Amino acid sequence: MLKTDVLVIGAGPAGLKAALSAAGQGAEVILVERDPFLGGQLVKQTHMFFGSKEQYASERGINIGKILARDVDENEKIRILKDTTALGYYEDKRVAIESQGKFETVDNKALIVTTGAQENTLVFPNCDLPGIYGAGAVQTLMNVHGVVPGNKVAMVGAGNIGVIVSYQLLQAGIDVVAIIEALPKIGAYLVHASKVRRMGVPILTSHTVIEAQGTERLERVVIAKIDDKWQPVPGTEQTLEVDVLCVSVGLTPLTELLFMAGCRMAHIGELGGHVALRDKNMETSVSNIFVAGDVSGIEEASAAMVEGQVAGLTAARNLGYGLEDYEEKVTAAQRELDNLRRGPVGGKIRAGLEKLYKEGEVAV
Amino acid sequence: MSDDKTIMCRCEDLTVEDIREWIAKGYKTFEEIKRVSRIGMGPCQGRTCRQHLLRELAKATGKTLAEVELATFRPPTKPVSLETLAGGEVDD
Repeated sequence: MLKTDVLVIGAGPAGLKAALSAAGQGAEVILVERDPFLGGQLVKQTHMFFGSKEQYASERGINIGKILARDVDENEKIRILKDTTALGYYEDKRVAIESQGKFETVDNKALIVTTGAQENTLVFPNCDLPGIYGAGAVQTLMNVHGVVPGNKVAMVGAGNIGVIVSYQLLQAGIDVVAIIEALPKIGAYLVHASKVRRMGVPILTSHTVIEAQGTERLERVVIAKIDDKWQPVPGTEQTLEVDVLCVSVGLTPLTELLFMAGCRMAHIGELGGHVALRDKNMETSVSNIFVAGDVSGIEEASAAMVEGQVAGLTAARNLGYGLEDYEEKVTAAQRELDNLRRGPVGGKIRAGLEKLYKEGEVAV
Repeated sequence: MSDDKTIMCRCEDLTVEDIREWIAKGYKTFEEIKRVSRIGMGPCQGRTCRQHLLRELAKATGKTLAEVELATFRPPTKPVSLETLAGGEVDD
C-alpha cells in the first residue's frame, strides 16, 4: 500500500496543475497517469492557446504540456506513477491502481479526480466500419504517432475540436471533403472556422449522417439535411466518397470514480452529461474529494489548469498546508476563471455552472 | 433508415434493435437491460454505449436524460486479469 497526502488521478492539464499547486503548498502528492507520458491531451495539441497570460496564451498546447511535465518531474514532493490506471474507489477511501499487471492501493487524505473525458460516438447504420474514428483519435494518430488516417475525410461536428482537427488534416495534406454539423450554426471559434473555409472546405450546417457504406472498410457516407425537429429532409441526401469519417460530437466526463466514491451527481447537458456537484473550490459533496478539468464539466484546457490550481490549493489547505497564502492564491485563481468564462464564448459553461450550483443547493 | 443491424454496444455486439426488443419486453431501466443483455459490460465498460442507451431509455419512458437512472458503477474501471488480482498488493 502507498500513502500520500494528496492523490491526483490523471496527468492532463488539470491534474498537472493540481499536483503542482498542492505540492507548492507543502503537501506530499502522488500523481497517477494511465499513459506512459504526462500531459494528457496537451501532447497532441499543436495549435496555439488563447486563454490568459497566466495560462500560457499564444503557446502551443504541446509546449504547455512539456513545461508542466518538467515542473512536475523536478518537484520532489510529487511522486509520478505513469502507465498506471486507477481501477476503483473503495469504502476505506483507498484507490486501487494497476500498473503493468501489478495491483496496489493508495491511501490518501485528499483525492483530486482529473480523469478528463471520453469522446462521444454516433449511432447510424455501419457506424462500426473501419475508417470511422473519433476526431480526438485522429488527432492522436497524426500528431503523436505521425500516422495519417486515410486520404479523404468527412468531419462530423463543427465545434472547436472538429474544426481544428480538420485544419490539421489539411496541414497533413489530406483532403477534407466537408464538415457536417447538425446544429444550424457553427460552434467553433470564428478564427478557426474561417481558416478552414478559406482553404475551401464546405461547412454544412443542419446536416447529419444517414449511413456509412462499404464492405471491408468505409467507402462512402450518405448525409442529408435535417429540419428543425432533427428529422432528415427527404430528397436532400448526398453521397460523399470518403475513406475516413471523423466524429467530433462532444465529450462526456469520465466520472466512474466519483460515482463509486458516492459523490452526489447531476446530469447537466451544458457540462457534457453527469458531473459531480461541487463548490467553487472544486470540492465535491464528499469531503476531501475534488474534481478539476473536463471531468468536472467539459470546457477547455486553460480553464482546466486553473481549476486544477484551485483544487490543489484547497486540498492542501484542508490538510493544513499553505494556510498563510491560501486565500490570496485561490482568489486570484477564481478571478482568472471568471475572466476565461467571460463573453459569449463562456455562455454555455456559465449556464451549466449555474445549474450545477443550483442542484447543489437542492442536494444540501 | 433501418436500425436493424446498427451496432449500439461494440464490445458486446448488441444492435439498436436488440436493445429496443428488450425495452419492448418491459425492461425499462439501465440496470435491468445491462443484466439481461450485457450492454456496457465489455472492455470499454460502457464508456462508448452508455449515452446511447440513456437516450433510448429516455425516448421509451418519456423521461429526460437527467431522470434516467444509471446502473451502479463498480470497480474495476477496465479489464484486469485474474492473475493481477490474485497476485495481491505489490508490497504485501
